[in-house]
Amino acid sequence: MADEPVVETTGLEKSYGRVKVLAGVDLRVARGSVFALLGPNGAGKTTTVRILSTLVRPDAGRARVAGFDTVRDRREVRRRISLTGQYAALDEQQTGEENLRMMGRLYGLTRRRARERAGELLERFDLAGAARRRAGTYSGGMRRRLDIAAGLVGDPEVVLLDEPTTGLDPRSRQTMWELVADLAAAGTTVLLTTQYLEEADRLAGRIALLDAGRVVADGTAADLKRRVAGRRLDLTLADAAAYGRTAELLGGRAVHRQPDRLLLGVPTDGSASHVRSLLEEIDPERDAVARFTVHEATLDDVFLALTGRAAASADRREPAGA
Amino acid sequence: MPDLTAPRAAAPGSPARVLTHSLVMAARCTRLSARNTDALLTSLILPVMLMLVFVYFFGGAIDTGTRYVTYIVPGVLVLCAGYGAAATAVGVAGDMAEGVVDCFRSLDVGGTSLMAGHVAASAARNAAATGVVLAVALAIGFRPEAGPAGWAAAAGVLAAYVLALSWLSAAVGLLAKSTEAASGFTFLVLFLPYPSSAFVLVDTMPGWLHGFAGNQPVTPVIESLRGLLLGQPVGGALWQALAWCAGILTVSVAASGMLFRRRTA
Ligand SMILES: Nc1ncnc2c1ncn2[C@@H]1O[C@H](COP(=O)(O)OP(=O)(O)OP(=O)(O)O)[C@@H](O)[C@H]1O
Ligand SMILES: [Mg+2]
Repeated sequence: MADEPVVETTGLEKSYGRVKVLAGVDLRVARGSVFALLGPNGAGKTTTVRILSTLVRPDAGRARVAGFDTVRDRREVRRRISLTGQYAALDEQQTGEENLRMMGRLYGLTRRRARERAGELLERFDLAGAARRRAGTYSGGMRRRLDIAAGLVGDPEVVLLDEPTTGLDPRSRQTMWELVADLAAAGTTVLLTTQYLEEADRLAGRIALLDAGRVVADGTAADLKRRVAGRRLDLTLADAAAYGRTAELLGGRAVHRQPDRLLLGVPTDGSASHVRSLLEEIDPERDAVARFTVHEATLDDVFLALTGRAAASADRREPAGA
Repeated sequence: MPDLTAPRAAAPGSPARVLTHSLVMAARCTRLSARNTDALLTSLILPVMLMLVFVYFFGGAIDTGTRYVTYIVPGVLVLCAGYGAAATAVGVAGDMAEGVVDCFRSLDVGGTSLMAGHVAASAARNAAATGVVLAVALAIGFRPEAGPAGWAAAAGVLAAYVLALSWLSAAVGLLAKSTEAASGFTFLVLFLPYPSSAFVLVDTMPGWLHGFAGNQPVTPVIESLRGLLLGQPVGGALWQALAWCAGILTVSVAASGMLFRRRTA
């Protein structure tokens, strides 16, 4: 039982009209782990999460969550999960406390228990001071915390968070990361979606990279990063001639090119020795590179490394052939 | 293991659970209505304004054989009920357009409970608006003749009309793609009482309107209200009114169930 995955999908497919949004998604999430579904806009993250939370039926394939089929045993699944959608879902004209008590009552708690639970969650999510204010007056970070708190009234086994930190400032994001870590520490399975590699890296034991409705890579953060080297060295070349020479020298190793800014990016592990040896190799005469920066690999870099093309937003994708 | 032993009110899917969901939704929707001050004030003030306009601007020129304010009050009550009930469409469309409906569905809240909540809020709004209209009407000379039984029956007819129209509006709200589209329905309902005996005698209308004005659902509702409040015999109008309301309610409940499933498929 313990090593049976708590979320398992096989060959999930879903189309809207002629657009194939999911083209066979296979996922396995271990109980008590944090799993990140990483992908650019339109990759199908929300659609996958909606299937897992029983709100959408897949056209093909199946999904099991907490031991139950998301189509056949919808009701059993709903009792064991919580969904925090990508967009704020609670009533702006109700206070934080009213929203949580309502969710508790809908989940099936008694009036009294719902009140106690709302109090506990407001305390835990640092919202006690704002409990009696309308949710519409909350900041983005507070709204997000309230949304997640609302999902926890029933102590779910599996928590589904769709882009929990999109639109949050760095501090609120940090708070959210701590909350997710706490949930996992308490034994809850968390499946979250994100567009940020850094976030998946920080939080998740395993990551699935979703692109145009397919899982293109799947593994631990370390696995993925080994394939993209984790960081990128960006070189600003001295002039167009130097840019041309260096671009030719690097060939396919240049994972990032911006000719108008004379910028080339190469993967690195970020260590001083690796950066030094890269600079020596690329610019032995010490006149081609004007400046350099090292930064975390972004989703774009992972994409380029794993799919050989830039992470085009799938929202601009052509409909699949009729 | 987190405490899954927290006491639960009832088993999922049971009628008791559906009832709890409906009651929680009713409390929610009523609270949201009460806090939507602009819409609430409009629904309280607009019918009173219309009544004043009819009584003082047009009243002198209209001869109905009764004191005009007394003739017109049932019509204003029905107009007011229609307007208040139609706002249900806007509330439902708003919920459907937002993530909140996903949130409810993932808690196993069904469409019927959600609709029932909106209809209950509509009933509460209408009770308030009806009270305001009656108070102003009495102040400007409305003199009903009804005894307690007459009042109770009148309240019953009005409640049936509000219930039927609110649920119909809920179905329209499910059909509408946006709250703006849903609010268009409010105007339709607002105009329905005009081609009826609400404000003038049907006989004074052009002949081609008689068929519609005489047979549309608003007419028997107004006729029975007027009869009951003025202590006059209501004849078949009462049963016609109740039959219309029951019919509209049945169709609307069935249609909204179907539309909710389709919208959330
Ligand atoms: N109900 C729908 N009707 C039509 N198309 C849809 C529907 N839902 C999603 N899509 C399309 O499916 C594709 C994937 O959508 P999805 O919301 O799953 O992506 P996502 O990975 O969550 O993207 P984002 O990062 O923008 O939230 C998009 O092209 C979107 O336009
Ligand atoms: Mg999404």
